[in-house]
Parts: sequence; C-alpha cells; structure tokens
Amino acid sequence: MKALSSAVAISLLLVAVPALGAALEGEAEQQATNWVAIAMFTAFVGLTLWITKVAAARTRTASDFYTAGGGITGFQNGLAMAGDYMSAASFLGISAQIFADGYDGLIYSTGFLVGWPIMLFLMAERLRNLGRYTFADVVSYRFAQPPVRSFAALSTLLVVTFYLIAQMVGAGQLIKLLFGLPYTVAVLIVGVLMMLYVLFGGMRATTWVQIVKAVMLLCGASFMAFMVMAQAGFSLEALFARAVEVKTEIAFAAGASAGEAAERGGSIMGPGNFIKDPVSAISFGLALMLGTAGLPHILMRFFTVPDAKEARKSVLWATGWIGYFYVLTFIIGFGAIVLVGTSDFYQDETGVLRGGSNMAAVHLAHAIGGDLFLGFISAVAFATILAVVAGLTLSAASAVSHDLYATVFRHGNASSQDELRMSRLTTLGMGALAVLLGVVFEHQNVAFMVSLAFALAASGNFPALILSLLWSGCTTRGAAIGGTIGLLTAFVLTLLSPAVWTDTLGMGTAPFPYSSPAIFSVPAGFLAIWLISLFDGSPRAALDKDGYAAQRLRAETGIGASAASDH
Amino acid sequence: MTAERDQRALSAIAADPRYQALVSARARLGWWLSAVVFFCFVGYLLLIAFDKALLAMPIGGGVTSLGIPVGLGLIVLAIVLTGVYVAIANRRFDSQMAEILRSHGA
Repeated sequence: MKALSSAVAISLLLVAVPALGAALEGEAEQQATNWVAIAMFTAFVGLTLWITKVAAARTRTASDFYTAGGGITGFQNGLAMAGDYMSAASFLGISAQIFADGYDGLIYSTGFLVGWPIMLFLMAERLRNLGRYTFADVVSYRFAQPPVRSFAALSTLLVVTFYLIAQMVGAGQLIKLLFGLPYTVAVLIVGVLMMLYVLFGGMRATTWVQIVKAVMLLCGASFMAFMVMAQAGFSLEALFARAVEVKTEIAFAAGASAGEAAERGGSIMGPGNFIKDPVSAISFGLALMLGTAGLPHILMRFFTVPDAKEARKSVLWATGWIGYFYVLTFIIGFGAIVLVGTSDFYQDETGVLRGGSNMAAVHLAHAIGGDLFLGFISAVAFATILAVVAGLTLSAASAVSHDLYATVFRHGNASSQDELRMSRLTTLGMGALAVLLGVVFEHQNVAFMVSLAFALAASGNFPALILSLLWSGCTTRGAAIGGTIGLLTAFVLTLLSPAVWTDTLGMGTAPFPYSSPAIFSVPAGFLAIWLISLFDGSPRAALDKDGYAAQRLRAETGIGASAASDH
Repeated sequence: MTAERDQRALSAIAADPRYQALVSARARLGWWLSAVVFFCFVGYLLLIAFDKALLAMPIGGGVTSLGIPVGLGLIVLAIVLTGVYVAIANRRFDSQMAEILRSHGA
C-alpha cells in the first residue's frame, strides 16, 4: 500500500507538467476553458487507469474483487466512503441551491450528514462482524438464503439503477457543457471508463479512484472556500452581509420597491420555500437519514477493512470529511452570490446563469482562479461522477454474482473463479445498461431519482437490517416479504407523488401529495416485517429464532468474523 | 480446539455477566446517541416547518441569522458524537471485550 501511495504521488507530479503546458497553449487559442479541462481530465484518467493496472495484477479471487482483500485501513476507507457519497449532485446541486435561495441548501446538507452517525451507532460493528462481501450476507445471516438474498439483490439493483440514471444523465449534461462533447459521447466515455476500473481492478481500483477523487474534490473546494473567505476578510458576517446586499440590488433592479427588495435580499438568511408542509419535511428528512444507512454501495465498504475497530474509524473519517465538505459548499454557495451573481460575464440579460442553474460553483471557480482553476474544477466534477458510478456498478455486480448467482442459483457451490467470472459479466452488463439508460433518459427530469434511491434504501434495506440484527423474533419470511413490501410501498408512493405523476408523466394532480414517501413507507417496512414474523408458524421460523443467539455473539464479539485476506 | 470445546467456550462467553453488561452498555450508548441525533434533526425540521421566522431572526446585530449556527451546529454535532462513540468503543469497550474473550480462552 505504501509503495502504491508514493507511486500515486509521483505520478500526480508527472501528470501535472503536461497539464500546465496544455493550459498555456489553451489560453493562446482562446479556448482555454476546454483545453485545460480536457488536459486535467486526461491526466486524471491516465492516473486512474494506471491504478487499475496495478490493482488488476493483485485481483485474483472473489475476495480481492469485492473487498480489496479486506486490507484497506479505516482512514483510507473513510476517504473512499466520502468519495462515494460526495457526488457531483451534492457539490454542484447544493452550491447552486444556496446561490439561488441561500439558507435552504444547508437543510439538504444536514440531512445528508445525519445518517452517518446513526449507521455507526446501530450497525457498523455488527455489519463488519457478520458480513463478508455484501449487506445481504448480514441480513440473511441466520435465515434461509434464497428468499432473503433475492430480496436484498432486488433492492440493491433498484437502488443502484435509480442512483445510476441520475448520475449518468448529470454526467452527460455536465460534460457536454464543460468539454463541448456531444451528450452520447460523454455518456459513453463515463460508461467505458467505469467498466474498465471495475472489470479489471475490482474493489481495489474502485477504492483508490474514490480516494484520489475525494482528495481532489476536497482540495479544490477548500481552495475555493479559502479564496471566498479571503475576499470577505475572513468574516462570515461580512460575506453574508455582502450576499444580502447583492440579492437586494438584484431584486431592486428587477423592479421591486426598496422595501420589497430589502425583504427579498434578507430572505436568503432564513429557510425559504424548500419545505412546504411539515409532512413532506419530516418525510424527506427520514429518507435522507435512514436511507444513508441502507445504501448498498456504502454498506459494501464496511467489508474492505480488517475488523470492527477499523470499520468504526472509517465512519468517523467519512463523517468528518463529508461534514467539512458541506461547510465548504455553504461558503462556496454564498461566495457565488457575491462573485458570480454580480457579474454579467456569467449570466445572460435575464440574470440566468450561463450553462444552467447548476453552474454556480463552476463559474465561481473561474471568478477566483481563472481558466486554469476552472479546468481543474471541471475535471474534478467529471472525476466525481466517474468514481461514484464505478462504486455503484461494483455494488450491483456483487449483488448479482454473490447473492443471486453463487448463493441462490448455485446454492453456495460456485467456486471463487466462477463467482468472479459472473461479477465481471455483470459489470459489462451494468456498463451497457448505464449507457443505455443515460441515453434514454437524456431529456427526462431525473431530479427525483436520487431521492427515490434514498427512499427505497430507507424503506426496504434499513428495516430489514435493523430487525434482523436486533430482534430475535425476525424470520426468513418476515425479512424477505416484509422488506419487499417496504420497498414497493416507497416505489409506488413515489410514482404517485407530484414529482413523477405531475411533473414527469403529466397526469394531472398527484394522488399522493407529499414530496417523499418515507414517513409512510419506512413504518410500512418495519410493520410488515414485524407482523409477518410474528404470525410465521413455519418450521423455518423456529430455526430462524434459534439462530439469533449465535448471530448475536458473533455480531458483538467478532469471533469467527471473516478476517482480512481469507483467500 | 475441537468443535465441542469451541461451542462450550462460546456458551460460557454468552453467559458471562461481564459480557452481558458490556454488550448492554454498548447498545445503550448507541441508542442514546442515535436518539440525540434523531431528535435534534427532526426538531430542526419541525422548526423549519412551523417557525421559519425564528431561524431567520438576525443575531449579534448583523445579518447572520439564528439558523446559521443551528444548521452548522447540527453538522458539528454529528461529527462530535461520531467521535465520542468511536473513542469509547475503540478504547474502553474493545479492550474490555478482549479481556473477557481472553479469560475464556477464545
């Protein structure tokens, strides 16, 4: 690992040189934006492909492929988890929301963060002690394998697919804009690169791609926030005061009276329209908080560390980095109001940002660091999407090969080599599917898909995990059927909600009036598992309950837990 | 160790009062901290839903509103409580658990 990380540092130095050269050429050609961005992105791709090559030489068994042999440290895994979680959507989306409405962006940030402590307090050590490759290992530990694994695989595929569509469409649009490449080409590049990482480098390459990306994103965002604060004399009050002033001037210029303009300017310091009714507010918050603790590609990362101690450390590092990142995004959003919102260079005559509302952070990068830094931030945004998509694909591939193929289809008799072949086939399939879905959904509104993924994870995976881990009365039927009921409730209610029924399908007033299903679907999942287990009189149910004592002992002590590198 | 002796050691651990006390202390800490995070976050959402004006109220004579320290405070709270749990679990609980397991020869 040490040799690899110093090699990473050296190659970072090496790739920086041609990138600088390209930057100078680019400025001369007056296409600075594109060339710097493309050069930096090419450097990133070169580095990640080299990582993949090194990782591929060490990826021989299923354990290497799924968990990097279990030899990742807590610090590295924490960075990789943060990399998995800090998507382009949160970087560009949250800063854009702050640019538009001010305070509301902070509500999102807190919602995305509070799931991490909950995951640590209730699940982290138990997950690590019971699981081997996927979260289905944990849920199905004492149950009949086929039904519970099938539920977990279905849920993983659903969550991953919706998350993936949102990322692919976002990637295509972003790359089209930043690099001037056609949408289809952009989607194809993301699909092919992501397939290469996962196919050849498995979890080891995916982890290091996440780490590189997380470090790039954190450095870039830190620099931006530092420059914004430097402009404001390192006073948050001064930054906020200037932002309110800018928003007031904009409202005044748009024809509002002095009083109205001052009111609109001041409104960015408090909660605005983000939350309309209390039910939607709580529901959305629940989906974010509990969904985080049910995301299969995040849960999978618990198995890459050697023991429960390192698993806990990973969550601490991840929470720290993600929390720090959200504070930076908050400063960046307000910085964008001050530095981007006042300049005609970044907006058309009507005050709309060039390139769309999500471009606030990208324009801010240009405002503070010129073409060179704009190129860096564009490359970071692309790298971010690429890394997140690779993590999602790996998680889907393990659900199909480990849970469905090896356990359900081959009844646990598949060799490590068979399983590895199957996961590579699935990776190819997922890559093709991701590109296809990216193209199909190009012109659709995909904004709801990330919140759908969180709602599904919160309503299916989270109740199944908590009850199988902590309630001795939980049975095979309860977990498999009850979990599926939670999942379907979240899915159907989302279809009937305004974002899909009215905005996407155009079917008129939505039958389900709230923006998130979680407040109903999470209790539905818990209730279904509980009731079905309670009335389960099958012989299997008796076995399930008997198995709890042994499961609990292993979950609490780690005796018998799969160790690092057990090939 | 034979499977039978293994099984006997495991049952002895499960029956050990020190083990039971440790596991319930750890679970209690986990549930308490979860409840703190959960209710702080839900309370924040309820405040946003029912009293937007309170969070928009300026503090300290400038434009900075009460919502800023509350929101950022929630982020800091999440990180600090995570740190508290990891410190207690990785230092105290893990060494106590290792001690109990050693005394049973597991």
